[in-house]
Amino acid sequence: MPQGDYIELHRKRHGYRLDHFDRKRKKEARQVHKRSAFAQKALGIKGKMFAKKRYQEKALMKKTLAMHDESSSRRKVDDEVQDGAIPAYLMDRDTTTRAKVLSNTIKQKRKEKAGKWDVPLPKVRPMAEAEAFRVVRTGKRKNKQWKRMVTKVTFVGPGFTRKPPKYERFIRPMGLRFTKAHVTHPELKCTFNLEIIGIKKNPNGPMYTSLGVITKGTLIEVNVSELGLVTDKGKVVWGKYAQVTNNPENDGCINAVLLV
Amino acid sequence: MEVIEQSKEMMELDPKTSSNNVMCQLTDPEGQPLGAPLYLPQTAGPPQLQQLVNQLLCNEERLPYAFYISDQELVVQLGDYLQKNKVSVEKVLRIVYQPQAIFRIRPVNRCSATIAGHTEAVLSVSFSPDGKHLASGSGDTTVRLWDLTTQTPLFSCTGHKNWVLYIAWSPDGKHLASGSKSGELLTWDPQTGKQSGKPLMGHKKWITGISWEPVHLTAPCRRFVSSSKDGDARIWDITLRRCLHCLSGHTKTVTCVKWGGDGMIYTGSQDCTIKIWTSEGKLIRELKNHAHWVNSLALSTEYTLRTGAFDHTGRTYSSPEEMKEAALAKYNKMKGNAPERLVSGSDDFHLYLWEPLTSKQPKAHLTGHQQLVNHVYFSPDGQWVASASFDKSVKLWNGITGNFVASFRGHVGPVYQISWSADSRLLLSGSKDSTLKVWDIRTKKLKQDLPGHADEVFAVDWSPDGEKVASGGKDRVLKLWMN
Repeated sequence: MPQGDYIELHRKRHGYRLDHFDRKRKKEARQVHKRSAFAQKALGIKGKMFAKKRYQEKALMKKTLAMHDESSSRRKVDDEVQDGAIPAYLMDRDTTTRAKVLSNTIKQKRKEKAGKWDVPLPKVRPMAEAEAFRVVRTGKRKNKQWKRMVTKVTFVGPGFTRKPPKYERFIRPMGLRFTKAHVTHPELKCTFNLEIIGIKKNPNGPMYTSLGVITKGTLIEVNVSELGLVTDKGKVVWGKYAQVTNNPENDGCINAVLLV
Repeated sequence: MEVIEQSKEMMELDPKTSSNNVMCQLTDPEGQPLGAPLYLPQTAGPPQLQQLVNQLLCNEERLPYAFYISDQELVVQLGDYLQKNKVSVEKVLRIVYQPQAIFRIRPVNRCSATIAGHTEAVLSVSFSPDGKHLASGSGDTTVRLWDLTTQTPLFSCTGHKNWVLYIAWSPDGKHLASGSKSGELLTWDPQTGKQSGKPLMGHKKWITGISWEPVHLTAPCRRFVSSSKDGDARIWDITLRRCLHCLSGHTKTVTCVKWGGDGMIYTGSQDCTIKIWTSEGKLIRELKNHAHWVNSLALSTEYTLRTGAFDHTGRTYSSPEEMKEAALAKYNKMKGNAPERLVSGSDDFHLYLWEPLTSKQPKAHLTGHQQLVNHVYFSPDGQWVASASFDKSVKLWNGITGNFVASFRGHVGPVYQISWSADSRLLLSGSKDSTLKVWDIRTKKLKQDLPGHADEVFAVDWSPDGEKVASGGKDRVLKLWMN
């Protein structure tokens, strides 16, 4: 039998002490004051930790109180006519799936012609070649300077094989290759992690485009098939353009806005 | 509509080929044999069989029939069929004959009008039983009546306080009932577009379905039943303007309600049960085989009940008694001597086929869908069941045995609603992918693709006279399609 149970055992045999509940009540009443004194006195990391704990407790308490208030108070029935009417058979269905569906009523105004979009980022900071490419010195004496290493994020197609070192002028490092982008739909305000299909245009020049360099302002084509978009002919749209809005080489991820 | 030309060829019994006879037994869809088994020449094809059946049944007019051998339609001569499928000639070949509609409805293939007017999504579209009027309910709280000849808006009926979720025509075509999200029901006079009487209040939550009492039971339509999210179904009288009975017993939303031809009321609910009530509000049976919400119910006689006394001939009736008689005759003809069948589609991806008045157990269990079944519908002749599912397919089942017949694939989004043409030869489906598709039951293939909506299609309806199709959706326009 464990030794620590002697109080329980005693209580079982003889019942509680006569003043037990009195003492308990008093202890609890004093506890508040004790805690407040500690809160005022505690310094440094201890004080911080205590404050944080206390804040969490209070926030939780407020939330619970609000919840109780809500259950008892009587409100007016919400009889406003809302937008986005749906038929009765869709009423109890999950609405989270609906957020994924894009509205096709916003027609695709701009046809898919290169360089004709009203893009979210109209101007980009020009990038010098010296910034995007680092010179790699080769040769036995390291005196040849024809090789370049791309220092920006790149997209490399799935079927790409590197050329032999003798002929490879541009090296695209494995660590900076990306295949997915976080694409935000501007109307729905929700973000999807979509696969990149290709680079449509890098505003810094055609060489960047052909190399697949992704910098801020680059237009990329992403795979939107999982969003369930359809054309007015009823076919699934799978490729759509998006513009990169961050500096991927600094952030380690690609964020983009879908062009609709 | 064109009446099919009867084949005039006489059955040729060539003495040379008479040795190649095959023993056949003709049966009706329920399995009742027609006459004794008889020897048929192998050169006999569907036209000859049709003539034979017409003779055996002593039909005054020659009716078209389709022939099925083990659920496959016979389109070639018997001999070719036997060779192709390597069927033994020793056994008796069972040939099922199914009567076909004597009129043919041409498939719709073009959009004849896009009528704007609603300022919110169109949630429900319905043709009147005689096919001459069209009504739609929308999220902009109005019910609109449309002029079909000029294809323009006729009346805009305001009165609801919230989205109009469901509209239903009375089978005599004299009333239109509509239910809204705030739970009130209104009735309208389709001739004037005016609201008749005060709103029918009683439901506490939104309306999910409305069904009128069949016209062959009471001649001027007075009663209808409505189902609601609050778990009740209520029977209303539009002359007394009050609720006669409250059918309470379901513990969750009643999703679907149907008033059967025998006067029974069927309700399907999200508490996974189907309940059957008398029109006096007494619960008589409970069917609980589903494992999830029951989404949709369909009766084998539903189309007949909906159209009442009206049929393809376009006859009009002067008095309610006349209409009642005509409707009763039409109902009895459609029903035959078999009991009414019910099919239910559910969130558990399955369908059940019931004969609710004879047995508590399902007649068949129809499996195959990979997503929830949103809408089920019996064909007008009761021989097929079509089911629309969120797995992007429409499936076709035998309406009598419940056997799987075909799967119609082609939609790229969930299929929301389906509608049959009056001759049961074509099926229309509307989907979330913004298209409508017309399917051919005979070839089991896509007949027509109808793109044109800019967004999800919420409601489709094929007019009972077969001339037009109306569809409405999230893009707020009503489209009319014709051939």
